[in-house]
Amino acid sequence: MNPQPRAPQALPEVGEEEIRPLIDRNLHLEGPLLPMLHDIQAAFGHIPETAVPMLAAALNLGRAEVHGVISFYHDFRKAPAGRHVLKICRAEACQSMGGEAMAERLLAQLGLDWHGTSADGRVTVEPVYCLGLCACAPAVMLDDTLMGRASEARLMAAVEGAEG
Amino acid sequence: MKIYLSMDSAAKALGSEEVAVALSAALEARGETVEVIRVGSRGMVWLEPLLEIDRGQGREAWGPVAPEDVAGILAGEVESLGLTEEIPFFARQTRLTFARCGVIDPLSLPDYEAHGGLAGLRRAATMTGEAIIDEMKTSGLRGRGGAGFPTGIKWDTVRMAHADQKYIVCNADEGDSGTFADRMIMEGDPFCLIEGMAIAGLCTGATKGYVYTRSEYPDAVAVMREAIIRARAAGVLGDDVLGSGRAFDMEVRVGAGAYVCGEETSLLNSLEGKRGVVRAKPPLPALEGFLGKPTVVNNVISLATVPVIFEKGAQHFADFGLGRSRGTIPVQIAGNVKHGGLFETAFGMSLGDLVEDIGGGTASGRPVKAVQIGGPLGAYFGRDKFDTPFGYEEFDGQGGLIGHAGVVVFDDSADMLGMARFAMEFCAVESCGKCTPCRIGAVRGVETLDRIKQGDGAAVELLTDLCETMKDGSLCALGGFTPYPVMSALESFPEEFGLTKEAAE
Repeated sequence: MNPQPRAPQALPEVGEEEIRPLIDRNLHLEGPLLPMLHDIQAAFGHIPETAVPMLAAALNLGRAEVHGVISFYHDFRKAPAGRHVLKICRAEACQSMGGEAMAERLLAQLGLDWHGTSADGRVTVEPVYCLGLCACAPAVMLDDTLMGRASEARLMAAVEGAEG
Repeated sequence: MKIYLSMDSAAKALGSEEVAVALSAALEARGETVEVIRVGSRGMVWLEPLLEIDRGQGREAWGPVAPEDVAGILAGEVESLGLTEEIPFFARQTRLTFARCGVIDPLSLPDYEAHGGLAGLRRAATMTGEAIIDEMKTSGLRGRGGAGFPTGIKWDTVRMAHADQKYIVCNADEGDSGTFADRMIMEGDPFCLIEGMAIAGLCTGATKGYVYTRSEYPDAVAVMREAIIRARAAGVLGDDVLGSGRAFDMEVRVGAGAYVCGEETSLLNSLEGKRGVVRAKPPLPALEGFLGKPTVVNNVISLATVPVIFEKGAQHFADFGLGRSRGTIPVQIAGNVKHGGLFETAFGMSLGDLVEDIGGGTASGRPVKAVQIGGPLGAYFGRDKFDTPFGYEEFDGQGGLIGHAGVVVFDDSADMLGMARFAMEFCAVESCGKCTPCRIGAVRGVETLDRIKQGDGAAVELLTDLCETMKDGSLCALGGFTPYPVMSALESFPEEFGLTKEAAE
């Protein structure tokens, strides 16, 4: 995987007071770390570095352990993605319907590689391994919207038509 | 008149929401107030979005429906496909687990009860744990996640264990390509899963359940969560399950994009908030599972099949099937196939019938070259194995596995060396890293397949040897089963690896 070079930009500042309630409201759960991380990422689009020592303290873990969990899962980001995230399925059922070739043509049109974000910060393209839409392949997800029997023309239109 | 429109993720991905908008506009234009009931999917994905109208003579179907078709359908100008239940793909099924899916409003508990729901739980609530185990054993139900372990025996181990807290964990981390049965039932009949988990809880003495599902399934998460709230409000969950005096409650947890978390011990680690690495067994999760407590870990379909076993009786269920594979299996026909979808049938139908007859061959119209059964860790079967009947032992005997019963069809343009390489690449991306054969072996596997592609015939022996090591030395099925797709592609299509058929054997 070759992350697309992208102009370095300052990560948005997130204060402890914004993170605190997202930790506190999950403290009563059994195995609360993933729910906390999901809430934090939903709020800020990534897991801010500030959150790591806070999570470690709240759960009596080492910072390295928290970091280890964050880095294990594909979903959690250390920096925000583009304003839109396009997930293209690369699994076998989608490959059987030409999904891989479609993805490559689309990436070429966008001038991106997998995991890359367009220079204007508008769209990030990521692989996903199965959306459970295997009987209407190839399948993609643009933000929260699923698309079956996708074609690159429909995809480009959707990406260009997405607001923001 | 009642109108039914699917809101399954697959229907949405094919435009059902645009159809819903057109439908309400068209009804308003006609000055009609008709109830539009959003349902799960009937499983005929090639007909989605599927619209059904019941004018008192049963549910007539139209599909796939585009927004511009709606006005004509309402005006009676567009011929229907006939009654949904008479469409051959549907009529030929035996729907036990999926009996309500696509039929009822998924979040209506009264609808659920009117279609046989909760009858199983009511019956189980009057039974002892031991009697429930006997019923489960009589049914012959085996784990639908892929391993095929007898569900009753697993439950009995947890039931017999002594602990202050036990758990029921539903493995809804359906990551295998070609499978969507878990998603469909969670979106289309969530109470069925809740009921199955509650029965498991009553049986084993577990009072808490978790559904661990995928972040890729946001709709299933939302429907399950709402269904749990409604079940709790109705006393199906809580301190006194249906007045039985016994407690069971549950919640949904969402993974974070790691395929390996579908492996039960990784799943438990992930549920505990750890890295989703595999645990060595023993101890079995049944004795030391979630937070070290006795835990039933069952697949969605195993648990969602429990209510019908208790509603209709174990023998009714066991009367379907073949050999040691009892009951029905929801086969998911996917990939390059004309009629893709979910086909629930008794074990025993041949693979060829499923692909050619039920599935109608490829979507591209080209000949079928191979099918992969059981997800990314499943073997590729060429047409020479199409006689294999669908059953755990039968597939095992042919060097494959049924896994979660996904069937992905490929036409003759498939590049089998490429698919073998992908299997290794996928294993490398998704390996949890705990054991060496998987973590390093998958990377070496990609390199070795690249050498073969460049014409290095000597590398085939190396690949075979590597696959042996991965199979024997990996901790879990990810590293241990990745050799299935690789070696089956090599053995069935040796010429694509630069070999003659004899050399491959």
